[in-house]
Amino acid sequence: MTDPDRHKNSLRQRLALHGIDGVTLMLLPALLFVLGVFVYPFLYGLVLSFQPLEGGGALANYKKFFSDPFLYNTIAATLRLAVPVSIIGLIFAIPIALRVRLLQRQRLLTTILVLPVTLGTVLVAEGLLNYLGPQGWFSRTLMFIGMVDSPLKLTNNYWGVFVSLVITVFPFTFLLTLSYITGIDPALEQAAATHGASSWQRFRHVMLPLLVPGLAVAFCLTFVQAFAVFPSAVLLGAPSGPTRVISIAAAQAAFEQYDDSMASSIAMIMAAVQLLVVLGVLAIRNMFYRGSTAGGKG
Amino acid sequence: MQLASHPFKELRLDRMSRTFGAFNALHDVSLSIRKGEFIALLGPSGCGKSTALNCIAGLLATTDGGIYIDEKRIDQLKPEDRGFGMVFQNYALFPHMTVNQNVGFGLRMRNVPKAEIAQKVENALALVRLQGQGHKLPGQLSGGQQQRVAIARAIVIEPPLVLMDEPLSNLDAKLRLEMRTEIRRIHNQLGATTIYVTHDQDEALSLADRVVVLREGSIRQVGVPHELYEKPAHIDVAEFMGFRNHMPGKVTGRTGDRVTLSVAGSTIAGMASEDVKPGDDAILMARGDDIAAAKAGPQTLAATVETIEYRGREFVGTARTADGLELIFHSPTLTEIGSRISLSVNADRALVFAA
Repeated sequence: MTDPDRHKNSLRQRLALHGIDGVTLMLLPALLFVLGVFVYPFLYGLVLSFQPLEGGGALANYKKFFSDPFLYNTIAATLRLAVPVSIIGLIFAIPIALRVRLLQRQRLLTTILVLPVTLGTVLVAEGLLNYLGPQGWFSRTLMFIGMVDSPLKLTNNYWGVFVSLVITVFPFTFLLTLSYITGIDPALEQAAATHGASSWQRFRHVMLPLLVPGLAVAFCLTFVQAFAVFPSAVLLGAPSGPTRVISIAAAQAAFEQYDDSMASSIAMIMAAVQLLVVLGVLAIRNMFYRGSTAGGKG
Repeated sequence: MQLASHPFKELRLDRMSRTFGAFNALHDVSLSIRKGEFIALLGPSGCGKSTALNCIAGLLATTDGGIYIDEKRIDQLKPEDRGFGMVFQNYALFPHMTVNQNVGFGLRMRNVPKAEIAQKVENALALVRLQGQGHKLPGQLSGGQQQRVAIARAIVIEPPLVLMDEPLSNLDAKLRLEMRTEIRRIHNQLGATTIYVTHDQDEALSLADRVVVLREGSIRQVGVPHELYEKPAHIDVAEFMGFRNHMPGKVTGRTGDRVTLSVAGSTIAGMASEDVKPGDDAILMARGDDIAAAKAGPQTLAATVETIEYRGREFVGTARTADGLELIFHSPTLTEIGSRISLSVNADRALVFAA
């Protein structure tokens, strides 16, 4: 009565019930990649950060970071860039996405708006250096029409980095926002309109509350991107002054002082700050309605 | 702009038209609706009935013609300035608002004082029999309850006009009948002028004071349900009203309204619906329940039974004549598939249209 195939079949069936079948094996490359390229280096860095080069106990690097303003101020400098950039990105993206949703030639406009993604941060930074520089078109045009007397200082400071970051993160924020907005049943806005809501009231009472959860996620993803700013902070900013962001501090520790342990500590602090902001935003998101954005049965 | 605050006598559509590119979705629709009337716009999908409703609601711009409330032209107004209530096919309840907030939405947008909103919302929920459900989110309600909320949201603003876009089509058969009665009851209680879009003739006939049959963007017939059911003026309307037997033939004689045709080799009489003369090609239309198995004789067609199904109380079958004409008939008894029968046509209730 012991049929070996029978047992084999039932195991296969039980695995299938848990969604595990032949296709699941395709997970392996990704799993190995994540383990080898993310999990292992992360743990290695974490351990390394507790083994300071110059001794002084496991927490010496962290103590050093938080007692040196030149180091700990980088957190604030990075937040001062990443938070406003993410918010501005959303503020630009929402109205454009609301409009684009209604357009016939949606794809064309979306392509144009998303194009900067393909340029890469370095090219955008180089371009802006010329465009916004003292001899660039921007200042020259403003001087030509008489709005300013002398060239505006927009490069090698905060604003240069800010503008280039907005340009590079915007397509990303926009695409996320557009997908959230198109997910909202258009009948809801029509229902709001017929029941007396003006366009602003429709946005304020119907679209915005339904968008908040999506916008929170879009903010987090944009923020994490902007927080890792490096090329534009060096090329367009003042890398030893107001735009000395945390990734510059980490790079200096690693490649100028050859202190891998310190660089790892800074990377860990960077991760912790990002995690805190993301958790904070997601906590706020939980206070809002997060269910279906359909108005009823389809 | 509050239309609700001043009572009106009639809503008038004056050659209302809407084109989409080269496509005439709605063509010269003219109609006068009295205050308090329940109007059903009936037609198959794509006939323009939803386009018409959206134009009246202001969700879609008309390309020609006008919409008037008494003498005031409203087709240029934005939907939020028309002050109508609307019930959508998929309910379109705001998923992030409670039932109370959904129902009170229109009042909040009009800055009605809070205490008054609470009172009106409570009354509206009582009217749709949803007392005590106000704190729930729409997602926690069944389909029928959601539709009740949608109706309450539309009527709470005391609109001069309530628009309903196939409100029952997402409900199951039993609930649909129940809600149909509810809608009629609410209408009787409030007397709100209502335009109701549907593709279901039963719904239109049972709910409406007057039914407007639309086809290909134009009005085919307007009438009280009885009139439409008994005397469809157009062959399209007849088809829609359940005249499923379609018998082409040649007119052989006419006495008053009584017309005789030669259909599939037999002579069959019917009532003239359109002007036909002897010698004309015509179509005899009859309902299934006006064709029954009978002894061979005058006014009958010989056919072979092809299908037969039990419908409770009686059987409904299809049979085919020797020249391939398919007939739907009713029978009190089960007839064998493949058996030859004679089918008699009720001459008083069959209608003759010009071919």
